[in-house]
Amino acid sequence: MSTTATREQIESRVFQALEEFGAEPDQISPDAEFEALDIDSLDLVELAQIVEDEYGVQLKGEDMEGITSVRQAVDLVASKLG
Amino acid sequence: MTRNVVITGVGAVTPLGVGARTLHERWSAGQSGIEDGFGRATEFEPKDHLSTKEVRRADRFTQLALAAAAEALEDAGWDDGPPGDPDFAACLIGTGIGGIDTLERQHLILQQQGADRISPLSIPLLMANAASGVVAMKHDLRGQSFGTVSACAAGAHAIGMAARLIRYGDAETVVTGGSEAAITPLATAAFSRMDALSDSGISRPFDRRRDGFVMGEGAGILVLESEEGARERGARILGYVRGYASTSDAHHLTAPEPSGRGASKAIELALRDAGVGPDDVKYVNAHGTSTPLNDRAETNALKSALGEERAAQVPISSTKSAIGHLLGAAGAVEAIATLLALRDRIAPPTLNYEEPDEGLDLDYVPKEARPLANGDGPAIGISNAFGFGGHNAVLCLEAE
Repeated sequence: MSTTATREQIESRVFQALEEFGAEPDQISPDAEFEALDIDSLDLVELAQIVEDEYGVQLKGEDMEGITSVRQAVDLVASKLG
Repeated sequence: MTRNVVITGVGAVTPLGVGARTLHERWSAGQSGIEDGFGRATEFEPKDHLSTKEVRRADRFTQLALAAAAEALEDAGWDDGPPGDPDFAACLIGTGIGGIDTLERQHLILQQQGADRISPLSIPLLMANAASGVVAMKHDLRGQSFGTVSACAAGAHAIGMAARLIRYGDAETVVTGGSEAAITPLATAAFSRMDALSDSGISRPFDRRRDGFVMGEGAGILVLESEEGARERGARILGYVRGYASTSDAHHLTAPEPSGRGASKAIELALRDAGVGPDDVKYVNAHGTSTPLNDRAETNALKSALGEERAAQVPISSTKSAIGHLLGAAGAVEAIATLLALRDRIAPPTLNYEEPDEGLDLDYVPKEARPLANGDGPAIGISNAFGFGGHNAVLCLEAE
């Protein structure tokens, strides 16, 4: 079951998760690339878990393929919720 | 041609604090790191030593190894990675159990929240080789890297094998040792159920009243190098891994063979490997767990390997009297304690040793540290490590 959230809320939650994963807070922005933030595939699996807990949407491995930036990740979650 | 193996750096995190020399100084001063029946590394704050990412990506046993490794590499004067060819820089770190804290936490999540909630980091955190892998990754050690698993002999096995890698030419440098963080609900209950833990919560090796071991946690890491390589780069040499041997009791799952046959053979072979005899041994750092069976079998083994006369002369002490039993880290932490004691030409004390037991009649260095009767010769000592499964590993070390 999915819940509703604004794009801003999703972005804020993703930022928070990235910081928990160890990304430098001042480098986290919508345009930031995961590679530059030192965020790897294991982090993205954890991010998918957080998104599922928070918003009730499932992100599968194929959904995450090609997701390389913060903006793409937020867009993906927003589109699943939409 | 046999190559000499030198020790150029040491690092440790133990119940006596952060730092190899802290361990040595505090133990030598008679301080204990045991509180409420456990030897916890309470002075270790992971975020003081590791990045947020490193903390998240490592079970506590790997965090301890990372901190000890950083100290050892700095001590060895390594700047950024190994001084020589990284393809010939190895990493061997032993553990008794590995990431059991992660295992227990994730198993609870599995039961309470279901399989979908299990962390994707579970396996890389709990695997017993994690410390070796993560330390190698952090310091660009591209040669052989693996974990040794032999219960409470694991740290000594790692160091022994590391020395062999250098002697054989498989490695020029090795970051090696042991790490353990098993003061967890399951591991504690399990050791307790098998009657291995001390009811009194007091670690008093070789004492008549000893009633089991006190669980500890920590890590010990050494930097080993070929002597020629170390001298070429002008490294400060702390000492030598002169000899190493390992045997198996082939007797019982947990109990040592009572006569100390396997342990004695390991001591004999380690001395032979080092090219020295019983009279050359100036100090013995015993496995000395404070269990009724180990301390008796080990005493027998020392008498048998060194001869009754020599065994009665040489000072024998147990680091576990001050920090408890660090399981897979014990052999490594105690090898470091041995080396630093030999360097200072002292035998630190077996704390809490007060009442002799029948047949346990060697010099266990009661009360306080004592200068070694060194003479003019090199300071040579042995460090014993024995593990459930009947594993015996003995290191023969020499201080500069």
